[in-house]
Parts: sequence; structure tokens; C-alpha cells
Amino acid sequence: MRGAPDTIILLRPRSTRQALEVFAQNPHAVPLAGGTDFMVSWNMGLHNGKTVLDISALRSWRKISAAKTGVRIGALATHADLQRHPALRREFSLLTEACSEIGAAAIQNRGTLGGNIANASPAGDSFPPQAVYEAKVHAVSAQARRLIPFNEIFVGVKKTVLRPGELIESVEIPFLKPRPSRQYFRKVGTRAAQALSKTVAAGLLWLSRDGRVSEMRFALGSMATMVRRLKSAEHFVQGKKLTSEVIDHACELLAKDVSPIDDVRSTAQYRLKVSRNLLREFLSGR
Amino acid sequence: MIKLTVNGKKRAFCGPPFKRLIDVLREDFRLTGAKEGCGEGECGACAVLVEGQAVNSCLIPVCQMDGRKIETIEALGTVQKLHPLQEAFIEEGGAQCGICTPGMLMTACAWLRSHRAPKHSLRAHGARPLLKYGRGTYRSPQDIRRVLAGNLCRCTGYQPIVNSVVRAMKRHRTPK
Repeated sequence: MRGAPDTIILLRPRSTRQALEVFAQNPHAVPLAGGTDFMVSWNMGLHNGKTVLDISALRSWRKISAAKTGVRIGALATHADLQRHPALRREFSLLTEACSEIGAAAIQNRGTLGGNIANASPAGDSFPPQAVYEAKVHAVSAQARRLIPFNEIFVGVKKTVLRPGELIESVEIPFLKPRPSRQYFRKVGTRAAQALSKTVAAGLLWLSRDGRVSEMRFALGSMATMVRRLKSAEHFVQGKKLTSEVIDHACELLAKDVSPIDDVRSTAQYRLKVSRNLLREFLSGR
Repeated sequence: MIKLTVNGKKRAFCGPPFKRLIDVLREDFRLTGAKEGCGEGECGACAVLVEGQAVNSCLIPVCQMDGRKIETIEALGTVQKLHPLQEAFIEEGGAQCGICTPGMLMTACAWLRSHRAPKHSLRAHGARPLLKYGRGTYRSPQDIRRVLAGNLCRCTGYQPIVNSVVRAMKRHRTPK
């Protein structure tokens, strides 16, 4: 079956206020931004008869603005917009790098950061960077607004804590002080473009003068139902020098915080092996 | 009614607003250059330009194109006066069956016109500058491969396609 355009009830608000009011009245509407994921299943005929809330006309939600404390990225900013933004490229290069590996040029020109989050794929490439940068998601509804820490936004495969009637307005990423000694992003897929990740990693490391770890943050995507920070390994390396024994043990601990599965893209065993290699690469600074 | 500019002409579309851009272009406007390959944003055969940026027209409901400028392969060149990219594709054998070609050309065209994207992407990928192009920007064959990564070809082979873009760049320093 194909998508049948006559069956869609389309809501196209022109302002953010209107969008929230219309969404409050139609809480079961599906929000639509860049459509790079929704339209794929639409083309397969999976959304016929649905009510669609097209928020793509909300221009003010596409802005990216740098403030004193951090950068605020409008939910409708595209992956291409993020890559072009000087403050993001300078301060949050893991995120812009991730955006450059999502799909390919035509997807990056349409797909949005807010849509990526709301879609909540376990394989979302922008998620590990946002997890280690400890982003916050601004969500709004007609009644209220709230700030959701990035590690609390997902509750399962394709599931978020967003309530019906609630939209992602923007994502806020605080500047890192001091700057990390080491930053790391790597996506492993079948090919460089278009492929969904088998595993995707982002890491930040702060070393003190004597070479001890003052803080490590490491997140993996595609390794569980949602992006995961490696809390056990992060905690273990704290205050230690990164000797080969410490690195070995951190890599062992990786399995405590993830639960990879066998699926169409890869096997659990491969995912675990490669993810450990990525963590090792990051910690040994190669 | 949805009003859009297609290849410089103002057009209006009165059908269902959730009809896909590719279907509106092909069925309503009779612009059959853009092809539907996969229908899921993987292959790039349906690529057209919206406000100068390459997009997959199979993933866009036409309602989102209200007031937008769209360019399709039909406006890239004419038989009498081919676009430099089209000339180069002919000379290098960059097109065999031709299904992927409109998407390849539109994606390459958007990239050649843009002056901001390539600089930092070159830096990010550590590619060695190969060709000076336009005002102080450099591009390399690796970069072409990255830009065209979302356009799949199953018969010509990617090398002749990359060679075609390189040839177009060498010959025409300033893009249309």
C-alpha cells in the first residue's frame, strides 16, 4: 500500500501559539518537521487516515543562537544548519560531526534536530554527542513549558517522555568549562553515508596536570533501546591514570551499561567488540 | 492552493496538500526528469533543489513547498546550451542508464554553487586540496564522493561520475 494523500487531515499552524493551541485540541496529531523519517513510513502507507501537525512553518524555531552560558538550537534547525553554525563547530564539534554523518546531503538539508530527538530511534547519530554535552530539551505545550535533561528524554524504542500536545521547542547545550582535553566521535555503519549505525560513540575527557582523569563522559548509540552513558566506566576511570590495565578494565565495564541486540544491521557480539575498540581508541588517545 | 516557483515559473497546485513533491512535479507539472527510485530517501534519484539546496522530493509533502523556489533537471541546461556538468557527464561517460543522473547532476550543481560548505568539510575530512573553485574555495575528489554519497548508481560506476564532476570543475571555474 502507498500513502494516500486524500486520507490525511492536515494542520498547518502559522505561529507557535497557534501550533500549541491546535495541538492541544488534536493531541493525537503526529507532529511533522523535515519529514525525513515520517515520509518514509508514509510512503509505505503506514500513516493513512492520520492527523498531521506540520510545524515546518514555525520560522522562529529554526534559529540557532549563542548566549553566555551555551548555545540554543531551535528544534527546526536542520542538520545542515547545525554544521554551518560557527559557534557549534567551534564548541560542539562532536555534534556537528554527527550531523555530517546523518544520511547524506539531501537528508541533512531537511532533517531537523528536534525531529531526530522526537523520533527517538535507538540509532540516532546526534544522540551520543548530546548525551555527553549534557544537553537540555525545552518542551512546550499550550499549558506549560519544561526543561528535560537529555538523559531523561527517551524511555524506549521510538518513545520519549513528551506528552500529547507537547512539542520540542529547542535544545540547549551548555558551554564546557574548562574545555575538554580530548573529544571523540565515531560512527560505525555499513558504509559512510546513508547507513544506520551499528554503533555510534561520543566521548569527552578532562585530564588533570598529572595525567589523571578528572572527568570522562562516554555515550553509545545503537547499543540499547536508547542512547546510553557508560556510567560504570566513567566512574571507574575517575582520578586514575590511563594505564593499559585501567583502559582494559574500563572496556570490560562497558558491557554493564549497554544491552546490544542481534538485528538486521549487526550482531550483539560485533557491536560489543567494536564499541570496546572505540572506547579503547578514545582512552588511549589514538 | 499551494503556490510555488518551479524553474523560474510561478505555479499553483490545487490537489491534496499531502501529495508528495515528486508526484506533483511528475504528474501535475509533467516534469518527469526527477525519478522515483526507492521512495525512502536512500537513493537520491528524486533529488531536486529547494531554495538552492538538494533534497529528496519523495520525502516532501507539497504543502511544505508553499512559497518555495524549486529547480529541477529540466532547468539545468537545454539541448542547445548544456550546463557544464551535463557536458562533462557526456564527455566522461558519467551516465549509462540515466536513472540516477538527474539526481547526481542536481546534487552536484547545488554543491558547486555553494561557497561555504566545502571549506570546513575539507578541513574536517583532512582532504588535500585539489582544485581551486570559485572564490578561494578548494574541493577534492574525496569531497565529491562525500557530497554524492546519497545518490546511488547501480550501473555507470562511481568513478566516471566523479571524473565528470572533476572535469566540469576544471573547465568552468565560475559556476552558473
